[in-house]
Amino acid sequence: MTNSIREIPLSESFLIIGSNTTENHPVIGSMIKNEVINKGKKLVVVDPRKIELARYADIFLQIKAGTNIAILNGFAHVLIKEDLYDKEFVQNRCEGFEEMAKALEKYTPEFVANICGIDDPFKIVEAARLFAASKPMALYYCMGITQFKSGTNGVKSCANLQMLLGNIGILGGGVNPLRGQNNVQGACDMGALPNVYTGYQSVSIDDNREKFIKMWGSEFELSKNPGLTVVESLNGVLTGDVKAIYIMGENPVISDPDQSHVIEALKQLDFLVVQDIVMTETAALADVVLPACAFLEKEGTVTNTERRVQLMKKIVTPPGEVKEDWRIIMEIANIMGANWDYKSAEDIFEEIRQLTPSYGGITYKRLEKELIQWPCPRENHPGTQILHKDRFSRGLGLFSVVEFTPPAEDIDPQYPMVLTTGRILQHFHTGTMTRNSKILDEICHEAFIEIHPNDASNYNISNGEEISISTRRGSVRVKAKITDRVKPGIIFMPFHFAEAAANKLTHDAMDPYCSIPELKICACKIEKVNAIGGLSE
Amino acid sequence: MNIEFIIDGKLIRAHKGQSILKAALLNGIDIPHLCYHEKLSATGACRLCIVKVNGMYKASCTEPVAEGIDVVTYDEELSMMRKELLEMLLAEGDHNCLYCHSNGNCELQNYCYQYNVEPPAKDLPKNIREVDLTSSQGIKRDENKCILCGRCVKACAEIQVNFVWDFAGRGSHAHLTSDMYEKIGDSSCIQCGTCVQLCPTGALSFQTVLGRGMNWELKKESSICIYCGVGCKIDFYTNKEGKLVKAMGNDEGPNKGHLCVKGRFGFDFVQSNKRLTTPLIKKNGKFEKATWDEALDLVASKFGEIKEKSSPDALMAFASAKCTNEENYLMQKFMRSVIGTNNIDHCARL
Ligand code: SF4
Ligand code: SF4
Ligand code: SF4
Ligand code: FES
Repeated sequence: MTNSIREIPLSESFLIIGSNTTENHPVIGSMIKNEVINKGKKLVVVDPRKIELARYADIFLQIKAGTNIAILNGFAHVLIKEDLYDKEFVQNRCEGFEEMAKALEKYTPEFVANICGIDDPFKIVEAARLFAASKPMALYYCMGITQFKSGTNGVKSCANLQMLLGNIGILGGGVNPLRGQNNVQGACDMGALPNVYTGYQSVSIDDNREKFIKMWGSEFELSKNPGLTVVESLNGVLTGDVKAIYIMGENPVISDPDQSHVIEALKQLDFLVVQDIVMTETAALADVVLPACAFLEKEGTVTNTERRVQLMKKIVTPPGEVKEDWRIIMEIANIMGANWDYKSAEDIFEEIRQLTPSYGGITYKRLEKELIQWPCPRENHPGTQILHKDRFSRGLGLFSVVEFTPPAEDIDPQYPMVLTTGRILQHFHTGTMTRNSKILDEICHEAFIEIHPNDASNYNISNGEEISISTRRGSVRVKAKITDRVKPGIIFMPFHFAEAAANKLTHDAMDPYCSIPELKICACKIEKVNAIGGLSE
Repeated sequence: MNIEFIIDGKLIRAHKGQSILKAALLNGIDIPHLCYHEKLSATGACRLCIVKVNGMYKASCTEPVAEGIDVVTYDEELSMMRKELLEMLLAEGDHNCLYCHSNGNCELQNYCYQYNVEPPAKDLPKNIREVDLTSSQGIKRDENKCILCGRCVKACAEIQVNFVWDFAGRGSHAHLTSDMYEKIGDSSCIQCGTCVQLCPTGALSFQTVLGRGMNWELKKESSICIYCGVGCKIDFYTNKEGKLVKAMGNDEGPNKGHLCVKGRFGFDFVQSNKRLTTPLIKKNGKFEKATWDEALDLVASKFGEIKEKSSPDALMAFASAKCTNEENYLMQKFMRSVIGTNNIDHCARL
């Protein structure tokens, strides 16, 4: 997030796009509800589903899945056409306005409404006017923006809109991605990415490599070629290029797109090591399984969605012979000839600080009593609540020309419905933790799909009936929940349930810039189970 | 700090519009209170916070500060009044602390003890109210321990913002309802547990807490929620055997004390019997228990072999958005400096 959670009370309006906030980031969802319902702040919600926040919205735009960019461009078009944008900000802080304005010309409300499947184009105009009249507006987005082939562009159009409105670098504004897992932010910051070291320092820049070689005392040159992403590496297994995978705390069999492809790849490996807390669907395929500490059994830091670094404490003793993940990695490294001697997580953090300018001023001692958000370069630096305050990292903010492109897989007569996936309130990711927690499992015990009443009656499906849902990649059986939260023609399915894994159905078309698979959308068909000879007679 | 006034003979400075209670608490002067909670708007329901302002009785949680007023928080009369109020609260309900999960952690119990309140006479007519211990997976309710302070109503309306609780009935028939008289399990409650956390008595409680340990034996330590990126700070309570008992929102985190249902109840898995406890090596398609030495030697030699025979780029690691910064750092350091490849990623994109 460019801004901070504690600024929510300072926003005059909110744009929530591609984020089912009250289920996926419930505490932030409640804070926003408090502002809107109890304090009369304005709210615009853009989502293919009638999510809870849509009920309280001043304007709700129920768009076709995969058309975020069109609608964001539509808002920007209106702001420019009606002269409602922040000219001072655009003039002093940004560049590329002319080119973008030109590209936006065709995104008239009518054009956009047509792409997005919105009945009343004037709602787009009203929303744009609302943003201009109720500043600062805070924009929040989540996987509903990024999990598309066009994900990177979706993020750019969010930035375009907020720069046009001058909502960057000020209290209560910002472009605020909500991170899905407790330490996604930290894992990225730490360089668990194929192209960068910690703090996003590129592996292809000689100076960076020099610095890390020196600090690490590495015997050999560090590689300057960017590595593989998760999805690329699985493809690499099938072509024979990748022979061994070491997985720490992930369950790609359930979480990654196109399940049968993932299983095929993992089975073909010469050697698979999985380090986890329980026997997962992925660990079952491993050659060696290493038992690791759960979060309450170890110390360390995590970085939340607002870049705030926080300390985790050891609360309980681990069972059996379980070890901390860092200790296991260190022991393997040392057998292979390294000479690491970390006594605690704090020792490792001290090394991170020295190599990572944005974490340079953060210490365990400070974290005990201070709220610190990176960048925090020095020990006497308070950390950074708002990014891009006086200047952007590159100097001027760059407006990007972003065109709407349709999703990779379109519907056709054979697969006439759209499938979109996501999370629900009570469960998390692949269910490894929540489905092993008694009360959460009791509240929501089984998989389901959401289907609109019209579609249900077309297919003669009743509420709670088990149906079959298939895509070009696979099919699963699951209970139907009839609700007008989804639009006609769309089916929503949570991905937490191994026995009806949504990712048997999804595909791995990727964003060309950052390889995010297009989990949010693909074509599918539904059938009554007895019609395909499943349960009848 | 633009207003000066006197509490118990001491000069106090406060902001205009602040309540006397708030100003007193900020200055380390404790006035007994039950319906007031610093995170909620004031209700003025319990009257326990009664004080004398220039000789007149006022509820200090709703009475604003004013220049030059003289406040008395404690004297014989006030003490008698508070004692009578507490006696009434005890008599109206059915408070058996022996069987209550709040025993030792109950604001009503504390005040009754402090003010020497006797148990109520046995023959008083009781107004039996809703006891609903089963309808909700997470939350239990015994309204016979409810003092109608209204904190739960406000917690749900102002923090979770779901508006589940409300009052119904009048006078001695006043009681709580969840939505339209439904049981809590049938209501729109999403089980965030915020109302339970702020209830001053044992009227609201969590399933699975009673019997796990006496409140005064529990140890408290805070950590960060393992689920979403909000990063809520949570106080985890463990008992004498080291078992996890409950999770409460911590006020210093980004969540300011609030939690969702996952943070509140999603910790059992840590101590479940499904946990892996030893390394496993697959032999002939079956997992067999192994020692750490065996398992790690095998991993290291296989990695080394593939690195030599093929190339460092034939190895790949998935780090994890559920592990700490230190662990993710070490994993990429391992791949880059020991294996010699940039093949490292995690599921940020998923
Ligand atoms: S249930 Fe608890 S918080 Fe709610 S009114 Fe009763 S005593 Fe107060
Ligand atoms: S648990 Fe949460 S949602 Fe349910 S009544 Fe209490 S505050 Fe409201
Ligand atoms: S308690 Fe809920 S909102 Fe808070 S970090 Fe955990 S999952 Fe996210
Ligand atoms: S605390 Fe003031 S009336 Fe209850």
